[in-house]
Amino acid sequence: MSSPSDLTGEKQQFFEARKKVFPRKVNGTYRRLKWVIMAVTLTIYYVTPWLRWDRGPYAPDQAVLIDLANRRFYMFSIEIWPNEFYYVVGLLVMAAIGLFLVTSAVGRAWCGYACPQTVWTDLFVHVERLVEGDRNAQIRLDKAPWGAKKIGKRGLKYAIWLYIAAATGGAWIWYFADAPTLFMDFIHGTAPFAAYAAVGILTFTTFTLGGFMREQVCIYMCPWPRIQGAMMDEKSLGVTYKYWRGEPRTHGLKRAHAQPLTDLAEGEKVGDCIDCNACVAVCPTGIDIREGPQIGCITCGLCIDACDEIMAKVGREPKLIGYATAADEALIKQGKEPVSAKKRLLRPRTLIYFLLWCGVGLGMLFVLGNRARIGIDVLQTRNPLWVQLADGSIRNTYTLKIRNMEARPRTVEITVDGIDAVLWNDRGSRDDAAQAVRLEVPADKVAKTQLFVAAPGAGPQRTDVVFTVRALDQDGASASDESFFERPEGSR
Amino acid sequence: MADKKRIDEPTGTQTVGHEWDGIEELDTPMPRWWLIIFYATVVFAIVYTILYPAWPMIDRATAGVLGWTSHGQLEEQLAEDRAERAPVMAALAVTPVEKLLGKPELLETAIQGGRSAFLVNCVQCHGSGAAGSKGYPNLNDDNWLWGGDIAAIEKTLIDGIRQPGHDETRMSQMPAFGRDGLLSSDEIKDLVSYVRFVSGQEPASESAQRGRPLFENNCAVCHGADAKGDRQFGAPNLTDAIWLYGGDRNTITDTIHNSRYGIMPAWGDRLDPVTIKMLAAYVHSLGGGEASPVPEAETAPAPDESEGNVVAE
Ligand code: SF4
Ligand code: SF4
Repeated sequence: MSSPSDLTGEKQQFFEARKKVFPRKVNGTYRRLKWVIMAVTLTIYYVTPWLRWDRGPYAPDQAVLIDLANRRFYMFSIEIWPNEFYYVVGLLVMAAIGLFLVTSAVGRAWCGYACPQTVWTDLFVHVERLVEGDRNAQIRLDKAPWGAKKIGKRGLKYAIWLYIAAATGGAWIWYFADAPTLFMDFIHGTAPFAAYAAVGILTFTTFTLGGFMREQVCIYMCPWPRIQGAMMDEKSLGVTYKYWRGEPRTHGLKRAHAQPLTDLAEGEKVGDCIDCNACVAVCPTGIDIREGPQIGCITCGLCIDACDEIMAKVGREPKLIGYATAADEALIKQGKEPVSAKKRLLRPRTLIYFLLWCGVGLGMLFVLGNRARIGIDVLQTRNPLWVQLADGSIRNTYTLKIRNMEARPRTVEITVDGIDAVLWNDRGSRDDAAQAVRLEVPADKVAKTQLFVAAPGAGPQRTDVVFTVRALDQDGASASDESFFERPEGSR
Repeated sequence: MADKKRIDEPTGTQTVGHEWDGIEELDTPMPRWWLIIFYATVVFAIVYTILYPAWPMIDRATAGVLGWTSHGQLEEQLAEDRAERAPVMAALAVTPVEKLLGKPELLETAIQGGRSAFLVNCVQCHGSGAAGSKGYPNLNDDNWLWGGDIAAIEKTLIDGIRQPGHDETRMSQMPAFGRDGLLSSDEIKDLVSYVRFVSGQEPASESAQRGRPLFENNCAVCHGADAKGDRQFGAPNLTDAIWLYGGDRNTITDTIHNSRYGIMPAWGDRLDPVTIKMLAAYVHSLGGGEASPVPEAETAPAPDESEGNVVAE
């Protein structure tokens, strides 16, 4: 056993404990921009499921609907079937390239303004401020012992958070079913279990991520900042502190105002930063931007607003902290003009991303505009491969799936090319055999049918055939699928 | 080893005493949450083995106090399925088989159910795709020995073919013309030529010419004067392209010499009427099913005629 002399008493901590962040209120250009973006994104999120869109009697009238049960995705005039999933893939590709584009041009703008984590955290922070007061009051309350006042304030704050969190989860489920119907069912307790579970889970995650984890999500959980590094270069925008202008810091307003400084040695330089810590106090991730670019910075611009306020007070140039690219920084430092925004944005990297993005988008629009709203899948029955009929002809059987992707019932005609054959299907009999088979396909449904195809017994063992389905209405849309017609060996 | 244990200075934790290249392991206790989960799983396991069958004994496992068995669970699920299917089964039970064709949804269910029943009961002879084989009819084609409308198929299923002791069973027998000395081998040769001629497999020949009267005298009674068969006796059509046992000279000779006939169980004894109905629907749907004979008009007859009918009956 060890001797007591080994004990040193002091324990070493291997992990840094979370520093509580109490962001201070700030006003300014970027704060206003954040309010506008928050209002727009939240409005889109909450209002979209309630928009109506008339698609006729056979399809739902919700403008944006992810109908999992029937495997349909409705988005205004566009309806996507599972076999058209490539549109969703295309959208994801566009979203990815779009992020490349935005990131290479304006850095982590997504993080600072539009990311749901940022938007909801911002909302929660604002609620916190309304209930508990600004930064200093919050710090005081945090340190205060638990008592009626603290319990009351915290309770109220949590209650409002919970309400917002629940409303978030609630809004999410409206996208998956007819919103007004689901709303009534939800209230009456008759909605599907999945709806309650989804609201429960989303309430919980919104509450914890927005209320308690905040900057930790951005710094530790989110993979995006790690990936972003690959898309940024010295010409991407970021929030930077102009240290050559700010340093050495002069502590306190008074000394700053005392310029020209009489009490400083000759030739001693005085920086613009008065070390007031305003930039640190407003930062939602609790970092000090004066330490240089860092992963914690989501480029929300709040420190810019805060410092600009200070600079105005001390009568210095604004934008001691500002949006700038690394390349600009170097230029400004040397006293040269920064590159113009136009020139900076229109560089090969952004142009290539932009062209790629447009290419995918236009390609999708083209395909979307020209897609057939009818489809056919043919599967040859292999057991038995062929059947000899009494008159010596050979019959093959096929399973056909006919997709009517229009929101109206349609009569379609099925024909076969490549062989001299007569056809009938399981809704008729051999006596109905003809060159074409007619079929009713209900609106927005897939009709499955067995098709019997009989051809003369003599012929090649395997013949390529093409099945075509054509709608017997004005637009006459058609689609085809290939298959084979099999005959017994040696029947030629 | 024990003497190497010591308290690590920076952390104040005891080491486990192992050391390799100056690297030592700290004897950090298990985290509390981990231990709690561990104990919880132990408790769960104990409770589980009490509630459910678990410990293997000599000839069976402990039963568990809940009395749960996988057999019981299966029974429950089957009962659930049966209950779910009950309405459609009831509808099938009261619908005559030929009326099924007018009810697409019921028919669809019947065909699906029939497919399952076929795969259990019929594939042994007719094959999984119902294509049959030599001596076992192909149910996909349009050639029917005993009739191919849905009602005829149902009757075949219920009463079977050549089932001894069954009054209703499909019955017929072809004489063994050679073996029983009814025809000489030369005559059989001529008959074969004739049969192959009428089915278009051979050109006209003198032998076929000689076979014609032989056919009329011996075979036409069942197969018809035109050799097109007769479904009443299950006599095959000899002019079409489909041969149950084969249409080459040797096989036909063998058939005439020894006679042939197939048998099929009377499924009415073994399967319930609904299953048989579903089987009939499935077989009918394979592509060779024939339209039912036009049923008699169901419109109510005029009063005076109806009286006349009653008298007539
Ligand atoms: S450093 Fe400035 S821009 Fe970056 S997160 Fe903090 S406040 Fe926002
Ligand atoms: S807000 Fe501006 S002046 Fe104040 S500490 Fe930050 S950089 Fe310096």
